[in-house]
Amino acid sequence: MSGSVVDNTVSSGNSSAAIPTDVSGQILDLDEDDDLEVFSKDTTLTDGSSFNASMQTSPASMINQYKFEEDADTKDIFVTVDNPESHVTAIETYITYRVMTKTTRSEFDSSEFEVRRRYQDFLWLKGRLEEAHPTLIVHPLPEKFVVKGMVERFNEDFIETRRRALHRFLNKIAEHPIFSSSEDFKIFLTAASGELTSHKKQGPGFLSRMGDTVKAVAAAVRGVRNRPQEFTEMQEYVEAFSQKIISLDKVTQRIVREQKEYLEELKECGPTYALWSQSEEELAEPLKNVAGCVDRCCKETEEQVKNLSDHLIPVLHEYVLCADTLKAVLRRRDNIQADFEAKTEALATKKANRDTESKVLSLAWASLVGRSPEEVKQQKLKGEIKEMRDDLDKAEDRLEWANNALKSDWTRWQKVMRTDLRSAFVDTAERNVSYYEKCLAVWESFLHSQRTDAEGNGKVDFS
Amino acid sequence: MADSGSEAIAVIGNTDLTPSESENNLKNTMVEKGTSLLKKMEISVAEAEKRTGKNAVNMQETYTVYLIETRPVDAASEGTNPALDSLWRRYSEFELLRNYLLVTYPFAVVPPLPEKRAEFVWHKLSADNMDPDFVERRRVGLENFLLRVASHPVLSSDKIFYLFLTEENGWKETMFETGFQAKADSRLKALNATFRVKNPDKRFAEMKHYGDELQSVISQLLRVRARAADRLYGVYKVHGNYGRVFSEWSAIEKEMGDGLQSAGHHMDAYAASVDDILEEEEHYADQLKEYLFYADALRTVCRKHELTQYELEMAVQDLTSKKQQREELATGTIRTFSLKGMTSKLFGQETPEQREAKLKMLETQIEEGEEQVKERNAECDEFVKSAWVDIERFKEQKDHDLRESLISYAIMQISMCKKGIQVWNNAKECFNKM
Repeated sequence: MSGSVVDNTVSSGNSSAAIPTDVSGQILDLDEDDDLEVFSKDTTLTDGSSFNASMQTSPASMINQYKFEEDADTKDIFVTVDNPESHVTAIETYITYRVMTKTTRSEFDSSEFEVRRRYQDFLWLKGRLEEAHPTLIVHPLPEKFVVKGMVERFNEDFIETRRRALHRFLNKIAEHPIFSSSEDFKIFLTAASGELTSHKKQGPGFLSRMGDTVKAVAAAVRGVRNRPQEFTEMQEYVEAFSQKIISLDKVTQRIVREQKEYLEELKECGPTYALWSQSEEELAEPLKNVAGCVDRCCKETEEQVKNLSDHLIPVLHEYVLCADTLKAVLRRRDNIQADFEAKTEALATKKANRDTESKVLSLAWASLVGRSPEEVKQQKLKGEIKEMRDDLDKAEDRLEWANNALKSDWTRWQKVMRTDLRSAFVDTAERNVSYYEKCLAVWESFLHSQRTDAEGNGKVDFS
Repeated sequence: MADSGSEAIAVIGNTDLTPSESENNLKNTMVEKGTSLLKKMEISVAEAEKRTGKNAVNMQETYTVYLIETRPVDAASEGTNPALDSLWRRYSEFELLRNYLLVTYPFAVVPPLPEKRAEFVWHKLSADNMDPDFVERRRVGLENFLLRVASHPVLSSDKIFYLFLTEENGWKETMFETGFQAKADSRLKALNATFRVKNPDKRFAEMKHYGDELQSVISQLLRVRARAADRLYGVYKVHGNYGRVFSEWSAIEKEMGDGLQSAGHHMDAYAASVDDILEEEEHYADQLKEYLFYADALRTVCRKHELTQYELEMAVQDLTSKKQQREELATGTIRTFSLKGMTSKLFGQETPEQREAKLKMLETQIEEGEEQVKERNAECDEFVKSAWVDIERFKEQKDHDLRESLISYAIMQISMCKKGIQVWNNAKECFNKM
């Protein structure tokens, strides 16, 4: 995935007087009406950068605008992923999920949609979004295949975990101010399977994508010279965050393992008490009671373990993947900057060449011949330089746009991360409390039964 | 657990007990203060100390001694505080005392000593006899032993026991003077022998079977419990890692930092809380262990009954055969096959004088035999009577004590749950501040 796809449409957007569609093809995938609305609100938010004057507002402020609108809690699209079904063909077996959409957005032809999608389709969507917005942060998809636990692809738990993750993925896209207006997203949600397949075939061809990849690799090799401090800080944060979240993931998985082993042992306690009760007379009842209590605690522990696995671990895991996404985004931004720096250098070199050459030769030739092949060469150089400058300008635009996009999406991402992790941990704490409360009730009922029993038999004086 | 009267509360050191539960702990023994030594004196094993000295083969050894403190009860209840009598004893001396009691009172279900070596350990517990936790638990077990003996209707009046508590020196000599050692050896031999009893008392046979089952099931329970304790330890301790990672993570966050940091502290507290929880559970395990060993004492009594019954049956059998011989001799008929009979058939009859002499001998033997049967019968009856009384006493004690143990186990679990609720509620509050 490289950043240079942005190139073509931005420049064409610049040259046309009509605003919306071309520009928004890259930034905001909207119909005209909504764009106008945006622009009329936006005039005060121009950040006055050295950006192209023909752009009425900078992309950064447009992004900000959408952030505000989203925060105003006007959620107008609801997406769910459910109902996994298995499909068998001659070649393969695969699972599809039902994706249901309810929306009031006008760019959708209707207000309700129901389609079936498979994992590959989600992968495609993610790829498209990343291509279109290389420095925006796309929420991760669940991994292709969990090799570690040797989980079967069609194991029920695996499918359910994946379904939940896919649901979260689509909702994160829907909640993102820029992604949710993506045409690809819309098609993903609404198109019939055949339509989707043919739409997938469009888009940058193989060769152009190869070309982009080559450019990206070259940029990466070149490296960035003057990375702005804030992005360096971002990178340091991402490194540290990545480590922490991986640790948390590992710790939680270890807890689950230990609890499972504890459960295995605990499962033998109840039956042992029950066995004992068979040899006893007076003690038979309390022993059976204890056996029952231990068994009930086992069930609660089992549920507790399942909760951790189903709720906390997937979220932590997603943020491990997020950290990787962030690293990739920062890398892509770096590449865009490296590209810009390289072009700057190249232009400077060209200009220097031109100056040197023109000095040396004009003296010699002017004295001899007058207008010369040299002048033609100079003309050519001039042309080349103009082209390079245009290229450079585009690269500068691209860099500016990338930086601003990343900055605001970064702020957005941090908020979302904070909310997600906070609620995951709060949820875990609540479940733990509930677990202990249930076990407490079990043992208290035992105590109660022993007291009433004892008082009834007049055996022990509890007064 | 036996109780020392107005002193120590039972071993379950749970501070969350309600007042009624505390009071119940105080009363949770079968102390019949009217008939036992405990009416007259307070007994406790107050301390433990390490000593080094030369052993029987003149080698240096390190061992632990325990301080036995006694105080007459009456004086204390009058308000004055008389001095405590005290002396030091080591574990092997307790063992000697118990062996003496076993031999001298074969019909009694003699209270057991705490285990010689730590068994049913889970990994954190040390199996080392010198480990302070083990020594402490042994101290408690030894005190319990003394209290149980002191509240036993028969054992508590034993003189040697009294000397054990009050005479530091000279106790052993007095004990050996009773000549119990000889009985001990023959008892050991007899109990280990295999023999078949024709008419055992059904109740004892059932008791023996019960003893076997009790021993088996408690062993299993202790094993399973130890493994579960091990695992639970792991679960709690891993949460300590959360504390560490939250702390590190809070360093790179601005708004989330405080919430994470304080949540981390609660995770550390959670991880640390398991030590107390499991220590309390060890007390429960010790209570179970006491009855594991009691099961053995019970089986010993049943075995002893078999032995006395067997000896009676042997005496009866012997008498019967002698009577038969007399009859044969008198009537001249040989009904039983005997070498004598065969040889006399082959080599001729005996003379009338020889027969007369033999008859006379047999008569004497039969008389003696009848005496012996009468004695053994009485012995057997006596044994059955007193043993069954003690077995009934033991049954009631066991039912009561084990029920209390189960209740205290439930109380422990409740305490553990309450701690868990508190920690996670605190953590939740911190997470909310993230």
